[in-house]
Amino acid sequence: MHIAVEHLTKRFGSVCANDRLTVSFAAGQIHGVLGENGAGKSTLMKLLSGYIQPDEGRIVFNDMPRRLRGPGDALAAGVGMVQQEPLDIPAFTVLENLLCAAPPGIFRSRRAAQTALLELAGRLGFPVDPAARLDQLTIGQRQQVEIMRLLLCGAQVLILDEPTTGITAAQARALFAALRQIAAEGRTVLFVSHKLEEVAELCHTVTVLRNGQVVPPGQLPMPQPQEYLLVLMFGESGAAPPIYRPLPAIDAPPVWELRNITVRSGALHLVELNHRFPAGRIIGLAGLDGSGQQVLLRLLAGQQAPDRGQVLVNGRDLTGAGALAFRQAGVEYLPADRLHDGMIGALSLADHFALLQRDGLLVDRRRAEELARQAIADYQIKATPVTPIASLSGGNQQRAMLALIPPTACGILAEQPTRGLDVASARAIWSRLQARRDDGCCIIFSSPDLDEIMEYSDEVIVCFAGRIGPPIPRALLSASRLAELIGGVGFDALVNVAR
Amino acid sequence: MRTDRLKLVASLTRPVLALVAAFALTTLALLSTGVSPLEAYRLVLFGAFSTPVRLSDMIMLAAPLLLCAVGLSITFAGGLYNLGVEGQMIAGAIAAMVPLRLWPDWPPLLLWLLSGLSGATGGVVWALLIGALRQYANVSEIFAGLGMNFLASGLALYMVLGPWRRQTSASLSGTDLLPRDLWLPTIDRLRLAPAAPLIALLALAVVWWALTKTRWGLEVRAVGLNPAAAGRLGVAAARRMAETLAACGALAGIAGMLQVVAVHHALIPNISSGIGLLGLLVALLARADPRWLLPIAVAFASFTVGSIQLPLTLGIDSAIAGVLQGALVLFALVARARVR
Repeated sequence: MHIAVEHLTKRFGSVCANDRLTVSFAAGQIHGVLGENGAGKSTLMKLLSGYIQPDEGRIVFNDMPRRLRGPGDALAAGVGMVQQEPLDIPAFTVLENLLCAAPPGIFRSRRAAQTALLELAGRLGFPVDPAARLDQLTIGQRQQVEIMRLLLCGAQVLILDEPTTGITAAQARALFAALRQIAAEGRTVLFVSHKLEEVAELCHTVTVLRNGQVVPPGQLPMPQPQEYLLVLMFGESGAAPPIYRPLPAIDAPPVWELRNITVRSGALHLVELNHRFPAGRIIGLAGLDGSGQQVLLRLLAGQQAPDRGQVLVNGRDLTGAGALAFRQAGVEYLPADRLHDGMIGALSLADHFALLQRDGLLVDRRRAEELARQAIADYQIKATPVTPIASLSGGNQQRAMLALIPPTACGILAEQPTRGLDVASARAIWSRLQARRDDGCCIIFSSPDLDEIMEYSDEVIVCFAGRIGPPIPRALLSASRLAELIGGVGFDALVNVAR
Repeated sequence: MRTDRLKLVASLTRPVLALVAAFALTTLALLSTGVSPLEAYRLVLFGAFSTPVRLSDMIMLAAPLLLCAVGLSITFAGGLYNLGVEGQMIAGAIAAMVPLRLWPDWPPLLLWLLSGLSGATGGVVWALLIGALRQYANVSEIFAGLGMNFLASGLALYMVLGPWRRQTSASLSGTDLLPRDLWLPTIDRLRLAPAAPLIALLALAVVWWALTKTRWGLEVRAVGLNPAAAGRLGVAAARRMAETLAACGALAGIAGMLQVVAVHHALIPNISSGIGLLGLLVALLARADPRWLLPIAVAFASFTVGSIQLPLTLGIDSAIAGVLQGALVLFALVARARVR
């Protein structure tokens, strides 16, 4: 199906997320959509798939203007969107999830639905168990289920918003193969991403958005030089990547020490953890989704108490003391989902600084606003002290979260610190974290992005199937070796050598 | 400029439309009974201001109503739906009776103080039981609150018919009246005890100050908006939630104490008279802004008092005040949802 938008405009308050946008996408191709955070990619995709409605302009499918009142409307018209976070019903099985929102008349029976699902899964190369519950699947598997659900419900246009965030490299390869197959069958694929390499590998055309507009007007055929695309996305000042510099060995006392820890969480069972995490290091946690990184971070943040063993922070035994005690001991936890459990969306940066005030009966408004103004200047946050956090872009929210780390923090636990951020925002975040490291913080972060792990870690810890490997100095590690270890190749040998 | 003016008009039209819709619905109900709606409205809206006695009745209803609504605005700020406010009021009334019955010969001023303290404590205990059920047994505060309401009603009935029954014979109409000198002093020939509205206004002022100016209030609001994020930023979220429940319980308990020493002068089974739940409507209507609590509580109290004359003058049930109050809240919520 050929889709086009004409003079499409969508405003959120005073922000014009899509500004008289005109572009079209031909059938049978994979179209990349690039842009930094806040460029208007997600808004355009949500407009096309009916999640939000435009203020002005038209959406045209196969030369027919359409008004989409909701995602169901869009799917009936042939457009389906795979959200960044899976929007499914976790307690349902794969088959139930497929049946529950299917338009009437598509499947004659449960059995017919199952047959159709298995047939499509075979064609796309997705291994799927129709009876598996969604909450037992990985993000990548749920994404595959969602793609198949949309196709079976008649989607002729498939929109994917940052589909490779949070899935494994193998799942990404399977996804790419499936998307090529889907396009070859005559459908249209819109692929939204930050990652230039992925767009270069997969897409037939590319559309670059900046400040809610297409630059230059219209689509570009791929391939395009990477530097040119970067300039289109960010303007002329594409910053150079930071240079990796090896750190001198530090004999500082450990920020965290784990002694003979045993902990069980869901299906994972971590045994005999003995680790010391020294100050002044950035430690990257690498591994497939759900291999134990989250459990380790929660353990170090005090959110999960071990079944056996001791957790020491700066030499003090805080086993089972609770997250608040860990925080008071200088541990700061930065969750991946910033608005879910990171910050309070309806409150402003000044309110957050006021929340951090620990003494006094009354809120010191003036001081809080002063700190907020300072943070806005220091961290280059695009906001005023009284703007609600929820109305900031992802990159600015992440910067605000970093600005809120108290200066006394000695250990920072960051879950996917640059999740959903564009290259420039990610670099800004990392330069901040590196500055904290140089001030003597121990920073432990998890990331599904191996490039990020390789680029910023001083030491890498590989997690594999609930086992936590020894720290490996970054200088001794190559990208291919890291990829092998994550897949379990040579992991046993690594652990044995460490013993 | 033009859009600014349009926005202003839009922001005013919604509340006005809600008001019109509420009165339209109430008028329909009135028309179905065959009475003149204008006559009925005259009584419901202005009846409470027609004589000094009715005015004083209205104030004596508005005082506990305001106390409950103020308490509920704290729990709303903390993100909790404290439907147990009715039970907390009853528990407060029962607890307030204890010192009055134990030491009736003590000086009245001391007894009132003790009774207020005891009533507040009763409300706090009842509220914290809800908090404990929520925290440790994972029971929603809504269901815990409703359950605790039944328990409190049952306890009040048991006290009235059992340990504190009348000396002549047990009666559903309540315990023996308190000695005259223990009644909260009233203004000559009126049933108005000035202490009651003063306590309610003081509570309103203190709570408004606490929620908007203090660090505690900011923390409570943060917990109400996002407990997980507030916890990450170092706020003791579970504790703050329990504190909001306790604060609401204390105010509801004092409302219960006022019902005993200033209105009924005894413990009666229906000591709360639905005031707690009416307070819930007031708090819902005023939710965005505590400054609205006072006018809304006064309006609702005057509807209730005004409608008492309906059965006598017009021969229709006084429940029409409830229809008006409910319709107002319903349409206000609808209007607010449309703004979002």
